[in-house]
Amino acid sequence: MNTTKTYDVIVVGAGHAGCEAALAAARMGMAACIFTMNLDTIGQMSCNPAIGGLAKGHIVREIDVLGGEMAKITDKAGIQFRMLNKSKGPAVWSLRAQTDRVLYRLKMRHVLETQENLDIKQAAVEEIIVEGGKVKGVLTALGIFYSSGCVIVTTGTFLKGLMHIGHESFAAGRAGEFPSVGLSDCLARIGLKLGRLKTGTPPRLDAKTIDFSKTEAQFGDDPPTPFSHSTQKITNPQLPCYITYTNPETHKIIQDNLERSAMYSGKITGIGPRYCPSIEDKVVRFAERQRHQVFLEPEGLDTNEYYANGISTSLPLDIQTALVRTIPGLENAEIMRPGYAIEYDFVFPTQLKHSLETKNIEGLFLGGQINGTSGYEEAAAQGLIAGINAALRLQGREPLVLGRHEAYIGVLLDDLVTKGTKEPYRMFTSRAEYRLLLRHDNADMRLMEKGHEIGLLNDETYEYFVDKKKKIEDEINRIKKTRVKPDRINAALKELGTSAIEEDSPLEQLLKRPEVSYAVIRQCSPSEVELGDDVEHQVEIQVKYEGYIIRQQETAEKLKKLEEKNIPADIDYKALPGISREILCKLEEVRPANLGQAGRIQGMTPAALSLIMIAIEKIRRSRVSHL
Amino acid sequence: MRFENDTIAAISTPVGQGGIGIVRISGPQALEIADRLFRAKKADIPSVARQASLLYGHIINPADNTIMDEALLSVMRSPHSYTKEDVVEINCHGGIISVKRTLEAVLAQGARLADPGEFTKRAFLNGRINLTQAEAVFDIITAKTEEGMRIAVEQLQGGLSEKLGHIKNKLLEIGACAEAYIDFPEDEIGIQTLQQIRGRLAEAKDEINGLSSTFQEARFFRDGLSVAIVGRPNVGKSSLLNILLKKDRAIVTELPGTTRDIIEDYLNINGLPIRIMDTAGIRNSEELVEKEGIRRSLHAIQNADFIIALLDGSEPLAEDDFQLMELISGKNAVVVINKSDLPAKLSLETVREKTKEYLSLSALSGEGVETLKSAIFHANLRNWGEEREGVVVTNIRHKTALDNTSSSIGRAIGLLSANQPLELFSIELREAMDSLGEITGMVTPEDILDKIFSAFCIGK
Repeated sequence: MNTTKTYDVIVVGAGHAGCEAALAAARMGMAACIFTMNLDTIGQMSCNPAIGGLAKGHIVREIDVLGGEMAKITDKAGIQFRMLNKSKGPAVWSLRAQTDRVLYRLKMRHVLETQENLDIKQAAVEEIIVEGGKVKGVLTALGIFYSSGCVIVTTGTFLKGLMHIGHESFAAGRAGEFPSVGLSDCLARIGLKLGRLKTGTPPRLDAKTIDFSKTEAQFGDDPPTPFSHSTQKITNPQLPCYITYTNPETHKIIQDNLERSAMYSGKITGIGPRYCPSIEDKVVRFAERQRHQVFLEPEGLDTNEYYANGISTSLPLDIQTALVRTIPGLENAEIMRPGYAIEYDFVFPTQLKHSLETKNIEGLFLGGQINGTSGYEEAAAQGLIAGINAALRLQGREPLVLGRHEAYIGVLLDDLVTKGTKEPYRMFTSRAEYRLLLRHDNADMRLMEKGHEIGLLNDETYEYFVDKKKKIEDEINRIKKTRVKPDRINAALKELGTSAIEEDSPLEQLLKRPEVSYAVIRQCSPSEVELGDDVEHQVEIQVKYEGYIIRQQETAEKLKKLEEKNIPADIDYKALPGISREILCKLEEVRPANLGQAGRIQGMTPAALSLIMIAIEKIRRSRVSHL
Repeated sequence: MRFENDTIAAISTPVGQGGIGIVRISGPQALEIADRLFRAKKADIPSVARQASLLYGHIINPADNTIMDEALLSVMRSPHSYTKEDVVEINCHGGIISVKRTLEAVLAQGARLADPGEFTKRAFLNGRINLTQAEAVFDIITAKTEEGMRIAVEQLQGGLSEKLGHIKNKLLEIGACAEAYIDFPEDEIGIQTLQQIRGRLAEAKDEINGLSSTFQEARFFRDGLSVAIVGRPNVGKSSLLNILLKKDRAIVTELPGTTRDIIEDYLNINGLPIRIMDTAGIRNSEELVEKEGIRRSLHAIQNADFIIALLDGSEPLAEDDFQLMELISGKNAVVVINKSDLPAKLSLETVREKTKEYLSLSALSGEGVETLKSAIFHANLRNWGEEREGVVVTNIRHKTALDNTSSSIGRAIGLLSANQPLELFSIELREAMDSLGEITGMVTPEDILDKIFSAFCIGK
């Protein structure tokens, strides 16, 4: 073995997870190195050219406050920004951006290249070297050994990646890229259990051959809202997307050729995501639907390529072309890249701790799609957490574990390590118990302490957030104390179609009315301090939702007490009397860290939880008595 | 989710043993709950009572301050109690029925029904029970849980489980619809209109309320319905009692286990056991001083499930009759005008002003007695429709869960009507599903996602 430079942290794979992991580690002072099989695909967006959306946009904001890079790069590469759900309550608004694919990866590569403490190397890592249950480093395909204290594996869909177009299939990590075969076998060899998943993409079309006049244009918000707290202004030109629809003719072509689809001919064994079905799936499962939406999304500012979102497929190219051409606006469309399905290995994530370190191998962390997730945002979040925790581990500090009431990232990791996943896991707001607490607008207020504590949120930004928090609290206090006279506000109330007040009323009560926004308060009883939109928005949300926010906080607080009850690692579940075999299996697989997590294991009962509690107390007391 | 610092309550005497039962409450709110439910004979208040003191007084219904039962209450403060938490024990004197009612009142004040073996569990976790007894604690929890499960399974028979399954599915569909609407703003989801959702929820709530009300009704079948005949002297209370019992003389028994000076006779209407509370003095009212007679009538009115207010049709209404009709207004009662065999001197218009429901009979000839029996039956078993086919809720754990589900649905409907955001609605709906899930098995986020993906074509 050739020995070379020694690193603190090595990251294998430079996708969304890998980039965040490497940056976080390097920024926390670690000597870090990131390996990629191709320097030109660092930060590649391999699926749709968009970032954010419901729950995912929330994650991007959380990444930003924890010192990650995704929000900043999205702001630099974004070519359309839309706040989704604006017609609903502010707690479920969410930001999404269309991005220039090339710009995104170039900007990300630039950040990596200019990062202190970080080396970037093009090499295929074939082996993770483990000795005595501890990770020692990695070995590349050229047989070169790199030593490190921690290794973070973020290989996405590359592990034994197998692409399918119709009945053709070929080994690939992404279209046109080699898969990683050796590494998958190595992970199995060092004791990790692997499964197989699949996902798919739609064909990409040439704009020259699209008749956009037959589609509806969908424009972004003007002015666009950025993702990152540090972005002042979005400077890229903004582009629309276009919406068109499939029709019965499209569906007939698909029905008639199902046996030529990789998916439907039984060639694919991996499990695909239900939230992102192929067009074959949609047509078969929802046969009564007369049409399905197709979003034509620009791939970038300097390209003609359009991503036909909504018709993900693994049909052969001739059928793809035929079905595309039945769609209004696409009658003459030329496919530039065909849609495809891809199968890949993933590691069952119940083998991980919340820190994303593997339970069995010290210093080995996994992040991103390798853990069974899908989506750039979910991947980036895991990379960030893995990078942070690798650094914290080497610094001898406690890992960063976010609670389910603190962040979608907390929900994501807890779900993965507690429940595992059967399909590529994507975040939805419905997965969170505390949706009102986990808003995209208050990610800074939720996570600034943590970001600052781990050292990735600089003092200046932290101070800014502290000041913002104080402004919000002061203004809420003012609103609770201040009363307004009927003649100052009744005209405005009338205009909004809500009942007038007869006597002096607290501003708080008025702001609680669904029809009344903070603008009304500003108009009739302004604050003496300049607050800014952001603070006003926070005040409005917190006052309007107060009762429910408090309710969720109280439940979260109670749950925290259970989370604080750690379960000793050496607990013997088999020795618990009267515990069902099913629960026993789950407990042994997951080995929950605390009672809160134990309670979330599938099939857990109050009685089984009671037994665990008694067992913990028994262990505790016998330890005390042996001292 | 169960939390460790909740206040818990349960009946802690074995059912069916002796006339005294104990409701035990443990946790931070135990004293507060006792304060709200207990009125001591002296000025004692549980929360300021001396450690390990025994107070004598009444359990009251905090809604209207009426007396539910006579009770002894003991207060044991943390850490000097079995669980090392604040513990209040209520010794009820009215037999198992009043123990159950007291427990319901305690639960209504915010305590949670204890899990099987939970007092013991707390005693162990808080250091009351030593390590050598840990295995015994495991056994208690396991055994009690198994027993509890067996009973719960039995009680879910007879179509209840199926019925709850339907309701759960209905809530799940509505929940999935709301969640899909929030999480997939760009997908073409055929969202139901608010009216449709409101209508379906109201349906579910009615079904749940109907089931919950069978708890009360089923209890009448199991434990008997207590009926008091009240009225001033000589209106014919004894004659009515005798004629009611006459036909059923064969099954008249004395209910064992009562410690009161009231003799309870027992008849049967369509299978419903009726305990006629003869408030002792009423039979021999002429021998009692008037004050005592009134006291007993008041007591009967407060304690009976159903009241027959008896008037004498052959005499004009007396001051006492007016008082009686005042006393029973708003209660589960019927006004009965006796002596229809004699010329009527009582003003029916006046009676009508005071009460909506009244009927006439002759305790002497028996005319109208069957109508009274039927009225007693139907006034107490309003929901005992044929279509239920015997689906009843008999487990208080189930009933509490159903009531909590119903309240959450009520709030969800309220939010929809007030035009509040859907994400608040979804919180209430999730709580409704959580409560129902305590009987039917939990609804997980995965269940909701399954429903969304099977019902809607999601995904670009």
